[in-house]
Amino acid sequence: MRAQPMTAEAISGRTGTPSGFGAAHAARALGAIVQRDLFRFVHQRGRLVAAVVRPSLWLLVFALGFRNVFGVSIIPPYETYVEYQVYVVPGLLGMVLLFNGMQSSLAMVYDREMGFMRLLLAAPLPRWYLLLSKLVSGTVLSVLQAFGFLAVAAAFGVDIPWMGWLWALPALLLVGMMLGALGLALSVHIRQIENFAGAMNFVIFPMFFISPALYPLWRFEEAGAQIVHVAAQLNPFTYGVQLIRFTLYGQFHTLAAAVVGGCLVAFFALAVAGYRLRSPPAAPRNPQST
Amino acid sequence: MDSNRPLLEVTSLAKSYGGRTGLAGIDLAVGAGEFVVLLGPNGAGKTTLFNILCGLLPPDAGEVRIGGGRPGDAGARRALGIVFQQPTLDLDLSVRANLRFHGALYGMGGRMLESRMEEELARAGLVEAGRQVCRTLSGGNRRKVELARALLHEPTVLLMDEATAGLDHASRRALVEDVRRLANRRGVGVLWATHLVDEASEADRIVVLHEGRVLSDAAPAEFTFRTGKPTVDAAFLAITKAGAPRESTI
Repeated sequence: MRAQPMTAEAISGRTGTPSGFGAAHAARALGAIVQRDLFRFVHQRGRLVAAVVRPSLWLLVFALGFRNVFGVSIIPPYETYVEYQVYVVPGLLGMVLLFNGMQSSLAMVYDREMGFMRLLLAAPLPRWYLLLSKLVSGTVLSVLQAFGFLAVAAAFGVDIPWMGWLWALPALLLVGMMLGALGLALSVHIRQIENFAGAMNFVIFPMFFISPALYPLWRFEEAGAQIVHVAAQLNPFTYGVQLIRFTLYGQFHTLAAAVVGGCLVAFFALAVAGYRLRSPPAAPRNPQST
Repeated sequence: MDSNRPLLEVTSLAKSYGGRTGLAGIDLAVGAGEFVVLLGPNGAGKTTLFNILCGLLPPDAGEVRIGGGRPGDAGARRALGIVFQQPTLDLDLSVRANLRFHGALYGMGGRMLESRMEEELARAGLVEAGRQVCRTLSGGNRRKVELARALLHEPTVLLMDEATAGLDHASRRALVEDVRRLANRRGVGVLWATHLVDEASEADRIVVLHEGRVLSDAAPAEFTFRTGKPTVDAAFLAITKAGAPRESTI
């Protein structure tokens, strides 16, 4: 039997879903997005292993191999001469956050290619909030991996103060958010997964190498590489590494925090604007699509 | 709001891409319980229209009202249930996990969400498959899950964008009949986009979209009568071959 026709007005109150975008709705959506990304991460064993193995290899092969080549003078926040593997840990923590931030943008490109992004964008949530949720979700993964690496470093006898783990948490969150927001902003312009690796090589490696992650900036200056020294000072990752380095030793680096916070806002604003202008998400790879 | 207003109303909607016309001022309406088939060949503008209805693409001109709201408004988004042409399930999640994810995006949770999930899974005959990872489901069952998901938040308008793509004939028929029943029993307004004429047999109205223009908007019998053709297939071929301008809309 055919139902009596219902009008929009008659039906408007029929759905059991809340009518507005309230705190409960926001929390549920955020929880679902974080939970999904965590689930995917845990079940992607290759990614899980790579997340810990990559920085650990750097620590073992690079730091231990070069410990006698690179001497680090006493510079803040260190109050005494430190071994090279101690110096390099904040940089490698930054690397974990950098790789995962970019990996999260790959997940955005993947979701867009696979059509899943349409589902997100069609939901009754503001676009900026969806992007923020993705950013928070990616940052949670980043920070978990960073602590995983800290545990590996501790297991190999690298001397990081235990309280530093706690002090560094807000810094890791902030830097993770900044790098994730950069990844989001870049994902606007990467339309296909095939282009991702190439694009990332132009971001990850310059950001990592032209920074104090591996050696203090004065070494660039000492080597006469003024351009690299200036580039390092313009590199947001430099400030991310410094913020982590200082907080690991219970000190606060105001300039680094300000730059990281400012870049976070700028990158996120770029991502929101980019996703607004670039809608709809990538057309399905299907000749039937019109 | 006018109580007799259709659930979905499109007026003089236009969209162009870099000089190419996607939609050239189309009009369209879907009332409660109506099953409207949007029939058009590839490149007719169906997906462009759906992207605008979903709030994924802004129109250049014209107006769209969904449940009284504009596309992109939270209210309009809630009023829509969408099955996209491209599969949008997370294949690594179970059926229930996919439904839970969708429910959370719509602000649903707790017992309400669980009970709605069970209702829709039971309706789709997927209760047993609820714990299965979506990757292990057949194409037909994946579409059923997507339909169950689209209905989870009890939308008043259902958009089906080439939803039978990749399905065999039997699965296509089953999906069409299922959605037809939904329109009858729940009073959901359905806009079903397809380029396959046989899917229009269950329609209350057939809207023919061709090169961004509505060439016809009529019940199947009226459509064939006006074109003087014996079948919907023949009528569709005749009208799209002629490419009638909008002024001569039948």
